[in-house]
Amino acid sequence: MNIPAMVVRVKQKRIAELISHGKRLDERGLNDYRKIQLEVGVIERAEGSARIRLGKTEVLVGVKIETGEPFPDVPNEGVLTVNAELVPLASPTFEAGPPGENSIELARIVDRGIRESKAIALEKLCITPHKKVFIVFVDVYVLNHDGNLIDASAMAALAALLNTKMFNYEMKGDEIQIKPGYTQLPVVNYPIAVTFAKINDKIIVDPWLEEEQVMDARFTITMEKDGKVCAVQKGGYGYFFKEQILEAAKIAKEKSEELRKILVKS
Amino acid sequence: MAKKSSEKAEKSEKTEKLINKNDIRVDGRKLNDLRPVKLEVGILANADGSAYIEQGKNKILAGVYGPKELHPKHLALPDRALLHCRYHMAPFSVQERKSPAPSRREIELSKVIRESLEPSIFTEYYPRTSIDLFIEVLQADGGTRCAGITIASLALADAGIPMRDLVSACAAGKVEGHLVLDLTDTEDKAGEADLPVAFMPNFNAITLLQMDGKLTSEEFEQAVGMAVEGCKQIYTHQKEALKAKYLVKEEAVEE
Repeated sequence: MNIPAMVVRVKQKRIAELISHGKRLDERGLNDYRKIQLEVGVIERAEGSARIRLGKTEVLVGVKIETGEPFPDVPNEGVLTVNAELVPLASPTFEAGPPGENSIELARIVDRGIRESKAIALEKLCITPHKKVFIVFVDVYVLNHDGNLIDASAMAALAALLNTKMFNYEMKGDEIQIKPGYTQLPVVNYPIAVTFAKINDKIIVDPWLEEEQVMDARFTITMEKDGKVCAVQKGGYGYFFKEQILEAAKIAKEKSEELRKILVKS
Repeated sequence: MAKKSSEKAEKSEKTEKLINKNDIRVDGRKLNDLRPVKLEVGILANADGSAYIEQGKNKILAGVYGPKELHPKHLALPDRALLHCRYHMAPFSVQERKSPAPSRREIELSKVIRESLEPSIFTEYYPRTSIDLFIEVLQADGGTRCAGITIASLALADAGIPMRDLVSACAAGKVEGHLVLDLTDTEDKAGEADLPVAFMPNFNAITLLQMDGKLTSEEFEQAVGMAVEGCKQIYTHQKEALKAKYLVKEEAVEE
């Protein structure tokens, strides 16, 4: 994240020093997540929604479902669209305006996890091939930025999808008629993103904002429910060694299972 | 007309199987072969540094301007140069015309490419300035971000910007159950996974790593290793290309 340094140098140094001794300023272990609170169904107007608190980071995800045309290369599948808004009230560094590269990258990482793991059975969202399908809009709304927006957004997005109800319909000629009652959106996989930061050549999980400002680089692995890797993204100006990445992949496997349990519970 | 339909039939037959039983790919490559790479350095007159690559059907140009004065000034960094990167695809570079306005994909790629090159540059030598890097994809056939990084690094070197190392990039992936190197567009679309990597060979440092698709942890490990080996091959091509620019041609000396 390209945020001007707001952490004073002394504190930056302290954060880095502690980490090289295996400790963190907020007393977490290097591989510990902050406390996660997840609520679903918080917005009644949306077909699905979820609000996550990861420490002080807060993200709200709303899912809206509309009908529209499919992509010509996959005429029998519904369409998934992920968008992220870094709302100005979430951080003094966010500005209103068209999406910048940070929000686009965030949206695309979340999108890649859901798409590549085939979390939504898009083939079940077809109404009339080539003509009409359901479009699933996932809107990620960052409400408070305190680091690791990627994991928070990915998890909230999945929780919102699991919470999503689609209206029942029947076809009268070319017209869609809405019938009473709802069916669950077919979610068949649970991709979980685990983000690492590299500070002083150590790898830590779930960096908070001040750690993000000290880190050399970050690295996200998205894991499916069967432990397969479905998406990866490196970010930041630094670099990683191959060994660090492979070690991170092992930690990600454990951590993603841990997070998935929290998700399934809520 | 008849000819056309037979051509089409042949094509669809081919796309059914991308790797034959002898582990040979549609274009005749082995699983861990790169496509033929042609690199040229210093081919644009106006740019401070430039490079061009042909990798299979990919044709990509990169140009560098700077370090130069930064506009608007409030973006200036007090301790280093600002690296500005634009990855852009020409409207005619793909099968269906691409709108020239930057897509979300291009904005994301511009960001990750910038972050893959920044570790290699001594940006701290030029505080308050900008280094502008432009990558124009003229024809795309899979692996354009990697090829773009490869020539962007050469263009930066050609511009005489002090660097710790070159950055070489190459993708690995999984197609029809096999791990393969340097995927074409068809292989990427039909395949199970794509994993682009950028690498600084003298530091053993990975500066770009992305993946989409589906890999087990073991396959992921192998694919990263394979991509890194691919980057090392690209690195030898890059060194040759840089040297070739300064090589004095023999006939030029003749009287």
